[in-house]
Amino acid sequence: MSAIEIDIGLRRGSFSLSAAFSADTGITVLTGPSGSGKSTVASAVAGLARPERGRIAVGGRTLFDAANRIDVPVATRRIGYVLQDAMLFPHLSVRRNLTYSRREGDLTLEKVTEILGVAHLLDRRPAGLSGGERQRVAIGRALLSGPSLLIMDEPLANLDAARRAELMPFIETLRDTLALPILYITHSWPEIIRLADTVVLMEQGKVRATGPLQSVLTAGDDGVRHLLPDGSVIEATPTAGDVDGLCRFETPAGPMFLPRASASGGKVRLFIDAHDVAIALEPPRGVSVQNVLSGTIDAMTVLDDSHLDLRLALTGNQAIRARITRHAGAQLGLHEGMTVFALIKSVSFDRRLQFRGIE
Amino acid sequence: MYPLTPFETEALLLSLKVAVAAVACSLPIAIAVAWLLARKEFPGKSVVNALVHLPLVVPPVVIGYLLLVTLGRKGIVGAWLDETFGIVIAFTWIAAAVASGVMAFPLMVRAIRLSIEAVDTRLEFVARTLGASHVRVLLTVTLPLTLPGIVAGIALAFARCLGEFGATITFASNIPGVSRTLPLALYTALNMPGGEANALRLVVLSLVLAFLALGISELMARRVTRMVTGIG
Repeated sequence: MSAIEIDIGLRRGSFSLSAAFSADTGITVLTGPSGSGKSTVASAVAGLARPERGRIAVGGRTLFDAANRIDVPVATRRIGYVLQDAMLFPHLSVRRNLTYSRREGDLTLEKVTEILGVAHLLDRRPAGLSGGERQRVAIGRALLSGPSLLIMDEPLANLDAARRAELMPFIETLRDTLALPILYITHSWPEIIRLADTVVLMEQGKVRATGPLQSVLTAGDDGVRHLLPDGSVIEATPTAGDVDGLCRFETPAGPMFLPRASASGGKVRLFIDAHDVAIALEPPRGVSVQNVLSGTIDAMTVLDDSHLDLRLALTGNQAIRARITRHAGAQLGLHEGMTVFALIKSVSFDRRLQFRGIE
Repeated sequence: MYPLTPFETEALLLSLKVAVAAVACSLPIAIAVAWLLARKEFPGKSVVNALVHLPLVVPPVVIGYLLLVTLGRKGIVGAWLDETFGIVIAFTWIAAAVASGVMAFPLMVRAIRLSIEAVDTRLEFVARTLGASHVRVLLTVTLPLTLPGIVAGIALAFARCLGEFGATITFASNIPGVSRTLPLALYTALNMPGGEANALRLVVLSLVLAFLALGISELMARRVTRMVTGIG
């Protein structure tokens, strides 16, 4: 049994939603273009929108079941909801916002204020807080209501880049320290790459793809390619001892040499842009590129008159995507099943956003 | 030495009594109606809305007459009240309070309704997700945030009650000590030969009272806004 099971359908004028997916603990990202229905799914789970058919269950508890006429009211669903605007009660102090819920949870006020770093704000009013602080208090308020699921609806969308970077570690801490499934709605790929365990990709009210981040990114399905960034993700562990500012990262597909993103030694996610990957038929000599991974071409897609998209299966059950010209493909005589070498420049990695601690 | 004549004191105290009673009794109803109009969709909503606003658009004398027809001794409701409880409203100070309360009602409802509509429904939704019942959401989120509008509504309604004339004279008549409020006293003074001096004193008294009421309500509004928003 999964932590979240959703299979619902509803109609709003010309918009029709039909979504089914399940997810485990960890962060499930619901993404897709505006109007794809991701926020509608979130409000149906919270009990704000009522589906016409289907079922919603969280942690094995049925919250909605059209066939059996079950529709648990919002107040007893135990769904913590964090919106884009923190929506703190402006007339109450931070402390009274945090303790607004009278439900007993596993967490104490002390524990929550410690995790979120808001202990020094308790006696302040929301009007005096920064955007990031408000959002942390909103998360804390949701946690203190003893939720069985936390929904975060574009929680970072109204913050600037610095505040977003400041808040993401808090969200990672929640995922790692609390056994609480999180449904995270966003259309920001840097956030998805950093935070997602499971991705649910939606478009026009339908789920187009669902699964672990890595497999969604490299699924190679033409129908969803326009919804995805051109690239792939590999998890890597940095090793000690940098040489000339480069750190050796161990990945399932082999070692990679990159500038170190942070001092901590935890696992990171590397986003490899398909445009930064070149293909060679033999291990190259005399080039500046530091990272060479061998793999097999397992999908080759013609994108337009001049471009090809390749998917390479690497060792360790990893996959990356490469974008090359059709001319180059013909020159090298590339075909599916062929063994090639992927060349990735170390300088192409974004140090700020595409790294993420996993522990 | 005493600055006011007994005639003036009587009118002033009666005016205050009538206005306070009218506002106090209509406030809970105004909040309920404002909430219904702001937050709920129901059949006949536009009719309710029109009825609430009626005193704003028809002559006060018409309202006074309608009150007389319904609440007067021979009126539909009035006769029943008289027979069942022995209560007679018409031509008492309560009639004056009812008349001014009805006239001020739309102003109060409008101010409160605007203020309820300004409360972000997402705040109420979040409170629900935190486990709060509808009643608790209303008492701890919606109403506290509506407080500035309620204060404004009270001030407006109070001022309107102090100035009420047409509906009062029709429904409660102009009886000294019973329904002769300040505006009616002023009217009486103007109709007496050589009453201009008295009328002038009543005009000044009315102006002082109005400015006092405005000043107090402004102070309260500021304090309440600061309390609610935490800014300032």
